[in-house]
Amino acid sequence: MSRIQESVIIRTVVRIMVPFIQLFALYVIMHGASGPGGGFQGGVIFGAAIILYAMIYGIAEGKRKMSDALDKILASTGLTIFAATGLACIVCGGMFLQYNAVPLLPDPALVSKYLIDLVEIGIGITVLAVMISLFFDISPPESESEEVEE
Amino acid sequence: MTGFELIATHLPVLAVVVPLIAGFLTPIVGWIDRRLPWYWVMLAMFVVLLIAGSNLATVINSGTIHYKLGGWDPPFGIEYVIDLLNGFVCLIIAFIGLMVSIYSLESVKKEVPGKTTQFYSVFLLLITGLMGMTITGDIFNFYVFLEISSLTAYALIAMGDRGDGVVASFNYLIMGTVAASFILLGIGYLYAVTGTLNMADMQSILPSIYENRVVLAALAFFMVGFSIKVGLFPLHAWLPDAYTHAPSTASALIAGLMTKVGVYAMIRFMFGVFTPAFVIDVNMTEILTWAAALAIIVGSVLAIAQSDIKRMLAYSSISQIGYILLGVGLVNVIGMQGGLLHILNHSLMKCALFLVAGAIFYRTGIRNLYQFKGLGKKMPVTTTVFLVAALSMIGVPGTVGFTSKWYLALGSIEADQWIFVAVILVSSLLNIVYFWRIFDNIWFGHPHEIEQIKRDEAPLTMLIPMVILAILCVFFGFFSCYPIEYIFEPLAKALLGLGGAP
Repeated sequence: MSRIQESVIIRTVVRIMVPFIQLFALYVIMHGASGPGGGFQGGVIFGAAIILYAMIYGIAEGKRKMSDALDKILASTGLTIFAATGLACIVCGGMFLQYNAVPLLPDPALVSKYLIDLVEIGIGITVLAVMISLFFDISPPESESEEVEE
Repeated sequence: MTGFELIATHLPVLAVVVPLIAGFLTPIVGWIDRRLPWYWVMLAMFVVLLIAGSNLATVINSGTIHYKLGGWDPPFGIEYVIDLLNGFVCLIIAFIGLMVSIYSLESVKKEVPGKTTQFYSVFLLLITGLMGMTITGDIFNFYVFLEISSLTAYALIAMGDRGDGVVASFNYLIMGTVAASFILLGIGYLYAVTGTLNMADMQSILPSIYENRVVLAALAFFMVGFSIKVGLFPLHAWLPDAYTHAPSTASALIAGLMTKVGVYAMIRFMFGVFTPAFVIDVNMTEILTWAAALAIIVGSVLAIAQSDIKRMLAYSSISQIGYILLGVGLVNVIGMQGGLLHILNHSLMKCALFLVAGAIFYRTGIRNLYQFKGLGKKMPVTTTVFLVAALSMIGVPGTVGFTSKWYLALGSIEADQWIFVAVILVSSLLNIVYFWRIFDNIWFGHPHEIEQIKRDEAPLTMLIPMVILAILCVFFGFFSCYPIEYIFEPLAKALLGLGGAP
């Protein structure tokens, strides 16, 4: 790993910041139904937190936290949550994504709210996984990056 | 039975959702076993084909299907509308997609080694984008799907020839983004003056504000944007490189579908968002016919100059897109039928030709058509498919190409534009010139080591889709009356607003 990343200040600051960024991401995702925000924005923020971590601690360390296999599974499950919610509405007799058709709670409006949150979570998971995989795909392998920086 | 009825009403949205889910599950499927994605894609495409077929059957039997996404009523929510026009384009997408997916097994293994899972994932997402563009009745939803299909197409092309593929993809990306920006600007302008994003709603509001300059600008933006997307002559620069350097499977898919869906969008915007009278009134159709005529001639002439078979087919595509747009631009029923029929024909023929080019490349590694000597003995079935599709491209009677050219010529005569009849004839002769060089090499050329020619046919998974496409080329050549009677004639009348519900 190169010298810049060994700076204690940067490492410590990132270590402190990452959980807060992730928490903020979760807030943005869950806030999507009732205010500005949503799955895409929240997913990007969440992905950015992990990308920040990988930038400072190195790609290998980042991949240890977020392996390729996990990344693939997350990308697929996120969208599956979205599609499954839509299909559940069809099964319950509504149109695709007609949330209030699902007889989950007595109040249809409340069902809509929770299912929209669920869809946002699904989108968020896919976006964060794709963001991270884009970063890993573009970044050069560890050995090469060392040569470049010297 | 209730289960089927339950699904039946939701088929329009499933045509988009099925490839979308399948595309995102492909990485997991490929993770379980490397060989599975091929079966998975075939299964998904088969389901999509059934859905598309059933949708078209419903439209023919009981009229236009409207599907309200999320249960929101049309002008506010997103609506999926399937009428004859997009019903039949969807069927083409699903069918060509299935054929190409069957073909892909060996070719993808050889040309994109180690990336088959990614390839298939992107493949299905491309189908999702094209399906969505075709089915949606919402102008902004259309743009979203346009972006999905464009981005996936860039990715597929970039997987091709090392180096060249990436450059071609980058060129396409720049041009495609410019096109998408034009289209987005047009959508924004129309939204600003009408306050709606629903196509049908827009069409009912627009006539009262046609004198507004913003509407005119929006139409111009759409036409320029889509002209880039379909590779209409002066804006075609991205197309030959993209088709040449993409993996064979992706070339066949993109050449067979992308431009056709672009043409569909052009038709939909001209006649389904604006009205025929307005488009004729501002001379847009006349500009379109002349640009198309130019594309027909220039595309054919440039095709003659090529020695790489895929590049030659790409230039030929430019000329064929010209035929479709010529028929559309003539705005009479016969010409329109010819243009619409040519969408079907060109998908079949060009897909078959690209598949053949891919099969030859797979077996021999040759793309230069002057090295094809003796291939007729080495790969008889493949080259026969090539012969059939090429004859159809030239427009020999008994093949699909003849029917659509016949209608186009009749349409030109009806529009009193004899010059276009001449253009069609000259272009057919030019087609003979560039295809004859290949026939000549394949069957009459003698390689130096003639004894070494052994029968070495392409694998079965490649042969089956090619042969099916070739058979369809001939089948529709003899029986084009059925699609014309049930689909194209009512469709052409409905598009031009000459009675009959769409």
